[in-house]
Amino acid sequence: MAETTTQHAPVRFETHPDRYVHWKLDFPAEHDGKVARLQMDVKEDRGMRPGYVLKLNSYDLGVDIELADALQRIRFEHPEVRALLVTSGKDRIFCSGANIYMLGSSSHGFKVNFCKFTNETRLYIEEMSAESGIPSLASLNGTASGGGYELAIACDEIVLADDGSSAVSFPEAPLLGVLPGTGGLTRLVDKRKIRRDLADAFSTIAEGVRGKRAVEWGLVDEAPPKAKLGEVTKRRLDALVARSTRKPFTPITLTPLEAKRSENKTEYGYVTLELSPKARTARLIVKAPTTKQPETPEELAKAGASAWAIQAFRELDDALLDLRFNHPTIGVVSVETLGDPAAVLAVDAMLAKHKDDGLVREVILLMKRVLKRMDLTAKSFFALVTPGSCFVGSLLELALASDRIYMKDSEDEEVTVATSPLNAGLLPMANNLSRLQTRFLREPERVSRVLEQGPLRTRDAVAAGLVTFAPDDIDWDDEIRIAFEERASLSPDAMTGMEASLRFAGPETMETKIFGRLSAWQNWIFQRPNAVGEKGALTLYGRPERPSFDWART
Amino acid sequence: MSTVVNDTKIPNNVDLASDKRLQRALEAWQPNFLAWWKEMGPCGFQNDDVFLRTAVSVTSDGWAHFDYVKMPDYRWGIFLADPVPDRKIGFGDHYGEPVWKEVPGEYRNALRRIIVTQGDTEPASVEQQRMLGHSCPSVYDLRNLFQVNVEEGRHLWAMVYLLHTYFGRDGREEAEALLQRRSGDPDKPRILGAFNEPCTDWLSFYMFTFFTDRDGKFQLLALAESAFDPLSRTTRFMLTEEAHHMFVGETGVLRICERTAQQMAEKKLDNADQVRAAGLIDLETMQKYLNLWYSLSLDLFGGEISSNAATYFATGLKGRAKEEQYEDHKALDGTYAMDVVKDGKLAREDVPLRNAMNEVLRDAYIEDCQRGVDKWNRAIAAHGIPFKLELPSRRFHRHIGVYAGLYFDPKGNLLTKEEWEAKKDEWLPSAADKEFVKSLMAKPVFDPKQMANWIAPPKQGIKGRPVDFEYVRRQA
Ligand SMILES: [Fe+2]
Ligand SMILES: [Fe+2]
Repeated sequence: MAETTTQHAPVRFETHPDRYVHWKLDFPAEHDGKVARLQMDVKEDRGMRPGYVLKLNSYDLGVDIELADALQRIRFEHPEVRALLVTSGKDRIFCSGANIYMLGSSSHGFKVNFCKFTNETRLYIEEMSAESGIPSLASLNGTASGGGYELAIACDEIVLADDGSSAVSFPEAPLLGVLPGTGGLTRLVDKRKIRRDLADAFSTIAEGVRGKRAVEWGLVDEAPPKAKLGEVTKRRLDALVARSTRKPFTPITLTPLEAKRSENKTEYGYVTLELSPKARTARLIVKAPTTKQPETPEELAKAGASAWAIQAFRELDDALLDLRFNHPTIGVVSVETLGDPAAVLAVDAMLAKHKDDGLVREVILLMKRVLKRMDLTAKSFFALVTPGSCFVGSLLELALASDRIYMKDSEDEEVTVATSPLNAGLLPMANNLSRLQTRFLREPERVSRVLEQGPLRTRDAVAAGLVTFAPDDIDWDDEIRIAFEERASLSPDAMTGMEASLRFAGPETMETKIFGRLSAWQNWIFQRPNAVGEKGALTLYGRPERPSFDWART
Repeated sequence: MSTVVNDTKIPNNVDLASDKRLQRALEAWQPNFLAWWKEMGPCGFQNDDVFLRTAVSVTSDGWAHFDYVKMPDYRWGIFLADPVPDRKIGFGDHYGEPVWKEVPGEYRNALRRIIVTQGDTEPASVEQQRMLGHSCPSVYDLRNLFQVNVEEGRHLWAMVYLLHTYFGRDGREEAEALLQRRSGDPDKPRILGAFNEPCTDWLSFYMFTFFTDRDGKFQLLALAESAFDPLSRTTRFMLTEEAHHMFVGETGVLRICERTAQQMAEKKLDNADQVRAAGLIDLETMQKYLNLWYSLSLDLFGGEISSNAATYFATGLKGRAKEEQYEDHKALDGTYAMDVVKDGKLAREDVPLRNAMNEVLRDAYIEDCQRGVDKWNRAIAAHGIPFKLELPSRRFHRHIGVYAGLYFDPKGNLLTKEEWEAKKDEWLPSAADKEFVKSLMAKPVFDPKQMANWIAPPKQGIKGRPVDFEYVRRQA
């Protein structure tokens, strides 16, 4: 399988249930609309790119973009939903995972980004359960293999039809010489807490495990006869609905983002992404609110998707994905903010004050997800704090998520940063710590000190530990130019590995393990001859020849 | 503009008057430089009026303005050679591209390293030579010493100018550190070995200015090729001053040879003891000092096989001396055959040319040294004395590179440690030799009419003044 070198059309991440090709989102009457049902029914010939057929409910990025969109809409547009059902629209197959031929024909960078995106989406399912009161059930009416079982295992509960043939399986290692790369291995032992020896056995049995044994090993929660699957599914969903802690609110509609796109610039309402392809750098600029923002949850519901807190972060999310998928050679991104710090702090204050409101909760979670997306984006981020910028509260998180913070030490103009209650743990990273806590692991007392202080001017911000370098007016331009040139000249692989290693200090979580360990190993394996060499297992999959391995273990 | 940092106090052609960044950096640095000069510059003599040359512009008359000045009032200036219009990068991977007016971020650290390493040698030599005034052989020589010293100070300014202008805060910190290190101080030594060696007698001073300043010349020639144009222009101007330092060394050694040979012939002295007894420096001792300073200076070029040198060449930071004389400016395919030690024997090895750039520069240096040595030998021969000074093998007494840690005689033959220990006093100045040389210089000569016994007077004075002119007016 040769990598395609042809230029693809840019990937876009916006869609709408009306346009879904591969999923059906509905709210069955039997649960009074309290259950969102997502049925996967992949159209074989509607892959995002030519060259592969999406057989057996296998997925590509296009399929996953629809899933991610559906989850987001359930959150904001369907406050009545109290549980999620993931199932299949096909008869004897739940989902067979990521399409192998799609992977084989993709560049390494695309594969890595594809896996990252699907991983994020699986985590969103878990976050819905943990944070939004929307627990989930995977109802497997047929085999769930590879990424299919990984989708199931992202749900709180799994039921599998016991029909003598439907199985759950991880055939990646035995069949393809790679790993189930969407968190599956980690979730076996960390989430479902399956014994490591059983997990080991399961992960090397290509045909998987069925029925009773799947229940015994903890791979699924229940395996009723096929005829009873509907009944069991309903019973379990009723229980999930009953335990849901979801808070009611007035739904809002996620309207399409407005983006003016030209060759090297995308201008959204609050976010601008400006590329310098030759220098391999970009500017990511986020503006503070310029109009009056909602002061109560009711006003927020009324403002809907045009409220700054929602719009700006949706735009930022889109820009980050654009950077990841469509601009692989951009290496260094300057993170800039522009506008009135007070306007940002006012939004934050409102959100913090009403953080227990259902809608406000979703807005904060949206911010949290977008910031995590930034943490996981393989670009060097340098935040530039200058006169006129507004790195405060929720936008200060952009600086804290950056690899370095440059703050101008200006004689004539005021330059400040400030915290808000949102910096105090409402926007945690994958390690479950706030960015301030992660930053100050060595001196934890600094966290509360910074949170208690008001706006900090450059020298105080330096003393507080918030600033990497603080060039003055005279040095600024040169220092910044050189910093970017220098960074852009370093090996992109080394930078990706270095940044990923430095960004996530502190405790491990399932999430950090998925991105830091499983993904790293998977990305390594994806490069190795045993997978993608001429005689590699992934290369020869579906062909008559057997793979031949280099037997040396590292 | 401030009272210390202005165009009058600091002659320059870098538009200091409108460069706020440079002004500010120099305002902080200049007082520290003066403090360093007073602490580590020439010991004593600071209130004397010295007939010094000051560069006040880059024009042909402006770079050599002579007048009496007290050293602390010397106007250390900042000069770049005139820009070459449309200058293109002359070597390496960027060959043919326009030169850089700014530091590319990618090469910032490497360039800073190069500039700091060069810059560190300048104050170091002043520190090494600070006691010499008290043993000077003549007022003429005393003045030359101070001329070299103030110009090394100016070379420091030249490097500091680059650090201040192009390297931001890091540059300012490095400029400060240049004033903190001390030659020979084990706690904060100067960066390069030869610049931590004591240089406390005048024979060493002449050898130093001949051999070690000549290393400076070749480093400057290599940097003059740099793709970073401000570095190129700075070093091109420095070369004019460096030439004078080497003149002091070359004529100093020549005058000693001349004096010794002339006296040997006149008084029919035919062995070293007789020469010494006559209050002269014997030629055998000259050879030992030559061996020492030549080998220390060879080390300054760095390792024979160097990935740094290859990177500097590839990236255009540092070229070969007079790059235009070569045909292949990329030097990607060529090799350089050098002798290395394999299994206890010397063996020829082909090294990729880029990795051998230090050796290429060293070759040019050796050739240049030989020309001076030939002049000395002609002076000796003119008096019919059958003695020839010789440059030892490049393997002799080395502390850097592939020959470091091994022992070679001056012909380049490999020795055991025991053989070396037994013979080294025949090749390098022994404690007794140093004692003897110092004993000749115990009394300084401050009378302009006088010349020490062990050295011949120069052929002519400075700027049309007679040799016995009062070049230094002593303030009692
Ligand atoms: Fe110098
Ligand atoms: Fe010099």
